[in-house]
Amino acid sequence: MPLSATNFAQPRPVPVGIRSNEKSLSSDPFRFRFRGSPSFLGSPHSLRFNPTPPLKLAIPHCRRSAAAAVTDVSNGTMVKSSANMLITKEEGLELYEDMILGRFFEDMCAQMYYRGKMFGFVHLYNGQEAVSTGFIKLLKKEDTVVSTYRDHVHALSKGVPARAVMSELFGKATGCCRGQGGSMHMFSKEHNLIGGFAFIGEGIPVATGAAFSSKYRREVLKEASADHVTLAFFGDGTCNNGQFYECLNMAALWKLPIIFVVENNLWAIGMSHLRATSDPEIWKKGPAFGMAGVHVDGMDVLKVREVAKEAIERARRGDGPTLVECETYRFRGHSLADPDELRDPAEKARYAARDPISALKKYMIENKLANEQELKSIEKKIDEVLDDAVEFSDESPLPPRSQLLENVFADSKGFGIGPDGKYRCEDPKFTQGTAHV
Amino acid sequence: MLRAIRHKNILPAFSAFRAFSSSAKEMTVREALNSALDEEMSADPKVFLMGEEVGEYQGAYKITKGLLDKYGPERVLDTPITEAGFTGIGVGAAYYGLRPVVEFMTFNFSMQAIDHIINSAAKSNYMSAGQISVPIVFRGPNGAAAGVGAQHSQCYAAWYASCPGLKVLSPYSSEDARGLLKAAIRDPDPVVFLENELLYGESFPVSAEVLDSSFCLPIGKAKIEREGKDVTITAFSKMVGYALKAAEILAKEGISAEVINLRSIRPLDRSTINASVRKTNRLVTVEEGFPQHGVGAEICTSVIEESFGYLDAPVERIAGADVPMPYAANLERMAVPQVEDIVRAAKRACYRSVPLAATA
Repeated sequence: MPLSATNFAQPRPVPVGIRSNEKSLSSDPFRFRFRGSPSFLGSPHSLRFNPTPPLKLAIPHCRRSAAAAVTDVSNGTMVKSSANMLITKEEGLELYEDMILGRFFEDMCAQMYYRGKMFGFVHLYNGQEAVSTGFIKLLKKEDTVVSTYRDHVHALSKGVPARAVMSELFGKATGCCRGQGGSMHMFSKEHNLIGGFAFIGEGIPVATGAAFSSKYRREVLKEASADHVTLAFFGDGTCNNGQFYECLNMAALWKLPIIFVVENNLWAIGMSHLRATSDPEIWKKGPAFGMAGVHVDGMDVLKVREVAKEAIERARRGDGPTLVECETYRFRGHSLADPDELRDPAEKARYAARDPISALKKYMIENKLANEQELKSIEKKIDEVLDDAVEFSDESPLPPRSQLLENVFADSKGFGIGPDGKYRCEDPKFTQGTAHV
Repeated sequence: MLRAIRHKNILPAFSAFRAFSSSAKEMTVREALNSALDEEMSADPKVFLMGEEVGEYQGAYKITKGLLDKYGPERVLDTPITEAGFTGIGVGAAYYGLRPVVEFMTFNFSMQAIDHIINSAAKSNYMSAGQISVPIVFRGPNGAAAGVGAQHSQCYAAWYASCPGLKVLSPYSSEDARGLLKAAIRDPDPVVFLENELLYGESFPVSAEVLDSSFCLPIGKAKIEREGKDVTITAFSKMVGYALKAAEILAKEGISAEVINLRSIRPLDRSTINASVRKTNRLVTVEEGFPQHGVGAEICTSVIEESFGYLDAPVERIAGADVPMPYAANLERMAVPQVEDIVRAAKRACYRSVPLAATA
């Protein structure tokens, strides 16, 4: 049955790089002061951004609407039109709650770690909540999220209960992976969170495969409702890894419904992004492969949300992948074991002033979407959720001994499944031996 | 960069004609693999192929010949040269219930993708506590070919077989190839399927049962290719043919060798091997790969753990030379086990000859 040449087979004509509607970034002194610096990239201190007071600048416009972004409000250069609010009250409260959940959860993890309840490698997400919330809250339950080892907040945003994540971190049998995965390997089939990968760049091909399966189901298996998109989250360090480019190539080649979300927090453990990358503007690598490349302020949840909406719609329509670079920052070290000595305190202070949660709070209050009281009650509610999660995890049992050898295989007898759909090891002919010639 | 040497069909120097066929139908291993893929793809629309040159080139070794025309470019995907990328894509697709068959042009290239084979395929069912199974097959030629040099000649059976979460199969005959590949594709776990380039052109007789489209061999069971009572010789893939030839030679000298075709390296069929050693009391393990930490080492340990009292002689281990594969034809011949090596080892195990110091 001849199939018409499909997206899998034909390379698409390379589109012009589509960027968000912004001024040329190289004219933005805030971001690109380092351009004139010497080519030997020694100490990161010589590469610090050297900005004019940033908050006074007009932030490059990422949107066409006249609606105000969170950062415009905090600038004081806000142009407000109440009919054009980016979010409704309910959405705003949902976003706020999700970010507070992420932040408080990670803070609780740090506490628990220092009390000895959590162990191993724990990588916290403080400061980057806008990216997780901005993207994942737009997804359906069937859409897929693939993450790295910094995956607690992705799991929470995707809907995995705080109890399940906390128990998993404590290594208890009630965790989302029954204690077998741990901090870096969060899996939830129900919520379509398929990892949780410790290797840098490992999740990207897996995410591309999930997107591939969505397209395969729609086009080959003819399941009309299979329009699921996949989000792959990874960092700036990953963008120098070969697998990233391999997947940009194939995702664009086969027009897969995937969004590559780069959480560019400028640091890969102690390696500054500027020291590691020949061209630090990651969004530019999208158009090089024939896909849209977008840069967005990752400390502003509303801007992230706008960009995410467009990218997700593009993927769902079948128009292929997008590369989104979110400029963000992690307030804590790489992991709880990282002394975090290489980052400049002034840089940390600058980003702390752009805390996405306080920014959203300010936006909602100034635009009369919520009042102080409502937001406080959300924080209180999350406090209770977390106390409950910790208590639950404390009281949960450790995995039983029998769990050690379980789940190595889906079918451990190893005889496979026969044509009648049953395990062949149940077929007496098979357990006796082989077919005789 | 020269990635692969595309051989024309090299006819082997010997033909593997079995004396006990009941039907005259012969099939090459290539045809067996091709027909197995064809039947599984037509039975289940979720099965798809992915790899370099599997489509328009009809397969680097012509294993996937005709499948592109039959199933279209959406199910037979020619990939760019990106092992890590497309293996990961296969794993991600398998997470969602599709059944990819990922071809590596040779398993040497799988080293560029080994992160995905081990970390995201083999370990996922365990890490997710059973939520996510990975019904994927990684297949391709393994081991030495003829004159392809060190980077194209390594045998990966021992590496993959040491990893829990993977199933590792290695067929010898066409019957093995068909049955095990079908079992592998239907299996809900990741399977590494190690073929052998020099066997692709070899013909074996097949019975009508093997040709049936629901034919499947169990994973984890070895086959006793030749019954004997004096010494057990275990082998897999091409070495089974050598072992059978060695058994013929030994038979003329009055030594009756039992040849076991392992078929499955992981899970290893320890019970068949041990039962055989308990019968014959002597063991020779044969493999093509490097000796240290190899398949033979594992079999030897298994026998010592379970049947030590039954051994009448030390276990003889025949493996490839402990060097990267040389290119010169005479050196290559010395670096891979030959029939004479197996015969000598079996005689040593039977205390029929003085141990030679010359063996590597």
